[in-house]
Amino acid sequence: MITKMNHVSIFVLDQESAYEFYVNKLGFKVHTDAPIGPGMRWLTVCPPGQPDLELSLMSIEEGPMFKGEAAKQMKELVKKGTFGFGVFQCTDLNATYEELKSKGVVFKKPPTKEFYAYEALFVDDSGNWFSLGEKPKE
Amino acid sequence: MPYPKAYLYHRVVKAKLFIDTNFYLPLDLNNISNEAFFSKYHFIRLFKNSYGRTPHQYLIYVRIEKAKNYLKHGVPVSEVCFKVGFESPSSFAGLFKKVCQQTPGEYQRLYKRRQEALKKSPLSFIPNCFSEQKGWVYPLKEALNC
Repeated sequence: MITKMNHVSIFVLDQESAYEFYVNKLGFKVHTDAPIGPGMRWLTVCPPGQPDLELSLMSIEEGPMFKGEAAKQMKELVKKGTFGFGVFQCTDLNATYEELKSKGVVFKKPPTKEFYAYEALFVDDSGNWFSLGEKPKE
Repeated sequence: MPYPKAYLYHRVVKAKLFIDTNFYLPLDLNNISNEAFFSKYHFIRLFKNSYGRTPHQYLIYVRIEKAKNYLKHGVPVSEVCFKVGFESPSSFAGLFKKVCQQTPGEYQRLYKRRQEALKKSPLSFIPNCFSEQKGWVYPLKEALNC
């Protein structure tokens, strides 16, 4: 029986810039930052309220994962905003939207009432987009 | 006439960012609610609705998080206490233990031990599927002679 997820990969164009975005703008916590060798860095961050879910900020390089032209193609797709990696949650969407906007986070959609939820859409520094929703009020 | 919602959010966010920046100062709620141009009680209610914590609870949270960062960088516990705005080492140590279930000294030691282990054996911190897909396993084993 699968009980939970503890790692998710987010492909980024530049790990240093991703660190600045996820840690200093979104306020995520660094879980592991291991410079393993030239061009090899294992960097994972966690949303503040979810310390056991590591988001692995993966650089895109040619290797076993991306063979031949695939790395270049993948970078292009990320840049174009092809990938949406998930839905984040906050306590209050309007306040979080105001705060992130003041820190320079780019929103594709401001807080909007949709059929299924009240949500906004933002993009990270690479072009990946995320939905941001609100925890239902008790 | 009631304030428009966007104006209220703007003020609450401003107060939160004020705490984020000035956490090391001897802040009290009056400073912060003045910063937001609210009455104290109205401010506490709005802040808690937005962030799930009262301004005071949030200030403690920020101070503890900043303290963790200083501890990770090897700053002595006695200095960390004042750097993050606590008035006495005993109140800092007590609160830190209450929130983190370990003393600041223990936190610092465990972090240092983890960093040493990470340096010695980084692959043991990375799910194998990722190391293999990234092509890190063989070069690293070779570099570490294992």
